[in-house]
Amino acid sequence: MTSRLTDAELVARCREGDEEAWAELVERFSRYVYAIAVQGFRLSDHDAEDVFQEVFARTYERLDRLREDSAVRPWLAQLTRNLCVDRLRERTRVEPTEDIETGADETLAELDLALDVREALEALGDPCSELLDRFFCRDESYRTIGEGLELPPGTIASRISRCLVKMRVQLEGRNDGPAASGG
Amino acid sequence: MSANPWNEERLGFLIGLLRPAPQGWVEAASQLPRLRVVLDDLVERAQADAAFRATLIADLEAALAREGIEPRPHLVRELQTRLS
Repeated sequence: MTSRLTDAELVARCREGDEEAWAELVERFSRYVYAIAVQGFRLSDHDAEDVFQEVFARTYERLDRLREDSAVRPWLAQLTRNLCVDRLRERTRVEPTEDIETGADETLAELDLALDVREALEALGDPCSELLDRFFCRDESYRTIGEGLELPPGTIASRISRCLVKMRVQLEGRNDGPAASGG
Repeated sequence: MSANPWNEERLGFLIGLLRPAPQGWVEAASQLPRLRVVLDDLVERAQADAAFRATLIADLEAALAREGIEPRPHLVRELQTRLS
């Protein structure tokens, strides 16, 4: 599901009771919330699922309290972070060490950047969006992707490479590139 | 002079960071508006009818399933909390 609605437009529609908009909001941010819980805070699947559902349940209930519709993304990030910290406290029964939070904050900054890239990926549309997602997010091989598309693996490899170039050009055109860092 | 921050290797790495959440989680969260209606209705009926409340509390998972809702743990807990 891909739309060109901005975050603010999507939130406004959710607030009006548009269930399709809500489903799209969940879809748009599900990977981000999941990644914060699992990669940022290394929660177990069980805890991560609880946090994931709680984040969206609270978001649904509290959309009216969002000061700016366009701020839903940092709001979700902060809510997820807080719930993860709460969950860690329950599990360890001690205050989380600064190390845990500092480590998570570094990962969260990276995930924030990853979400920018994700948005650019979706803006590219198919076939690039699908190809890059299948290769990098779903770990499908050139062969597997190629079988589905009836194309040889070498063609898939070159298309993925071309898609990455297109994406780079698109991101560079935004003039808000990230600080150069490793990875 | 500065390295390209959006080189292909870095882009591939960043794309790979956001893997899909389990489908069941996403579906459950997507269905929240409908779930709210069903949960509100169950709680309202339980408040009005003691016999219904007793049946509900006896098996929350079955009650949710009867309403066509997968009784995921967080939903069962929420219903339990609202009925207590």
